[in-house]
Amino acid sequence: MAGARGERSRQARQPKRRGGLAILPLHALLGGFCLLCLIPLLLVAAISLTPESLLKSGGYTLFPKAWSTAAYEYTFRNYAQIVRSYGITISVTAVGAVMGLFCTTSIAYVISRPYFRYRRFLSFFIFFTMLFYGGLTPTYLLVTKTLHLKDSLLALILPSVMQGWYVILMKGFLQSLPNSIVESAKIDGARELSIFARIVVPISRPGMITVGLFLMLQYWNDWYSSLLYIDDQNLVSLQFLLYKLMASIEFFKVMAQMAPGSIRIDPLSIPTLGARMAMCIVAAGPMVLIFVFMQKYFVRGITIGSIKG
Amino acid sequence: MINAIKTELKHFRKNGELWLLALPGALFFIVFNYIPLYGLILPFKNYNGAKGFWDSPWAGLNNFKYLFSGDAWRITRNTVAFNSVFIALGLVAAVAFALILFEMSARFVKLYQTILFIPYFLSWVVASYIGSSLLDMNFGMLNRIIEALGGEGKAWYVEPAYWYVILPLASLWKGVGYSTIIYYTSLMGVDPELYEAAELDGASRWQQIRAISLPMLKPLMIMLTLMSVGGIIKSDFGLFFSFTLDSKPLYPVTDVIDTYVYRALRKLGDVGMSSAAGLYQSLVGFVLVLASNWLVKRVDPDNALF
Repeated sequence: MAGARGERSRQARQPKRRGGLAILPLHALLGGFCLLCLIPLLLVAAISLTPESLLKSGGYTLFPKAWSTAAYEYTFRNYAQIVRSYGITISVTAVGAVMGLFCTTSIAYVISRPYFRYRRFLSFFIFFTMLFYGGLTPTYLLVTKTLHLKDSLLALILPSVMQGWYVILMKGFLQSLPNSIVESAKIDGARELSIFARIVVPISRPGMITVGLFLMLQYWNDWYSSLLYIDDQNLVSLQFLLYKLMASIEFFKVMAQMAPGSIRIDPLSIPTLGARMAMCIVAAGPMVLIFVFMQKYFVRGITIGSIKG
Repeated sequence: MINAIKTELKHFRKNGELWLLALPGALFFIVFNYIPLYGLILPFKNYNGAKGFWDSPWAGLNNFKYLFSGDAWRITRNTVAFNSVFIALGLVAAVAFALILFEMSARFVKLYQTILFIPYFLSWVVASYIGSSLLDMNFGMLNRIIEALGGEGKAWYVEPAYWYVILPLASLWKGVGYSTIIYYTSLMGVDPELYEAAELDGASRWQQIRAISLPMLKPLMIMLTLMSVGGIIKSDFGLFFSFTLDSKPLYPVTDVIDTYVYRALRKLGDVGMSSAAGLYQSLVGFVLVLASNWLVKRVDPDNALF
């Protein structure tokens, strides 16, 4: 790791600089920008809680004259679709993140070993994937024609299991661990595989949490792979559901009539404007909150990853 | 002699176990990163789905002739121009925000940093909901405000010119938290004695920023900018595709190489055209990364990628 970042211990001791530059205008500037970032998010929430009639007559507003949960009630009538999409997103994310984390950590461990003979070759092998990209078209043909993964959840998982950047990040973490632990285990005659499983994996937990979270974020928010590979209505993930809902409001109505157990309703009476936003919040909200809650791990990944690992 | 062979064998066995550990990850790289390199040849073929890659006839340079006689300039211009604006705007905003955060107490740093970072966790699809709640022609809040002020509502998703401003703002909104964190952390790593000494010499905050903070950030600014210049030919698909609701009237401005490749492949089923555009992008991108790395190396060898 390069110089500036090495001085971590200083951070704690550094007295916070206060005053001096008139602090209020700075708060106004940054606070104002933050407010501008937040308002659209609040607006989506407000729309989802506004009665449809008010939306149709007065448009979207942060403070509607009346509040209503009708859009949510309507949205939850499609619980079957929501549950299914959550199931798909959760399975894809879980399987993808676990596979990615395992493969990333193990290959990063290998290239972080100074005594590994083919270290330079393997590092370049990984690094090259970050430099040159074969392109969307050959990848698409590979996945659909050669591997026959069209309309398979594997098409959402396998192509993005390995990312060069995560390997570099993980290698940075592993190299920052005290080497002596591994060395003494080797002297005691422990084999590489058991060193990896019994020593390296447990002590590199912070690094694995960070890389795991990046992988989870990537899989959770992925809709592009579905756009490419999924036509089957039964394999619609949360983000893809939101995409389809946005792309055509008709889809919503079709979905409403397909949903098992839901009462057939007049399509015109569907609170489409509010329900769309309600669906957005139901589908995306919970996980975004979790990610925000976990932000310190992302911050750690960013600061280590920005200065190459 | 025998000992030497023994140690060599021992070495090999140890490396063998490491190879075993590297194998799963390496396989994924081979399948999904190395096999697609046949994309280097694909655009020179007249791809026929029924015949497959090997048996499809050669097409020579036809796919490229097509591409460069038509759309190449437009999509390249859009891609490079927008990315340049994103890079410049992102740099200025992130450095400014980091400098501001540096003046603030820990509580506010945490608050502002959290808010700035939220959009990073949203997908572009979710962002398109947020965008449409502001920009929808009939119901959007922006038009409501304009109308309340006596103006006339605009057709945001129809008129391309507005997106010269909207796209950079959306990109800034989504990405500035991430880069602010990088610069802020770097500022936290600056030796506090520098500031103390400057204080003793009577330097104002503004002078400290100019004489200490900015010079300290300079290598990072140069490096990150050069690295993004290396990626200037690749665009954020979600921003240009989903956030614009893939609105056709906006194509003159919002069509970039990535959306073009996607459309050629999935909407038109034109493998030749989409692979030609993809190869063009990959090659230019490769050259740009090499060039920017060469520059980084000249500026600061420690931070060069290779």
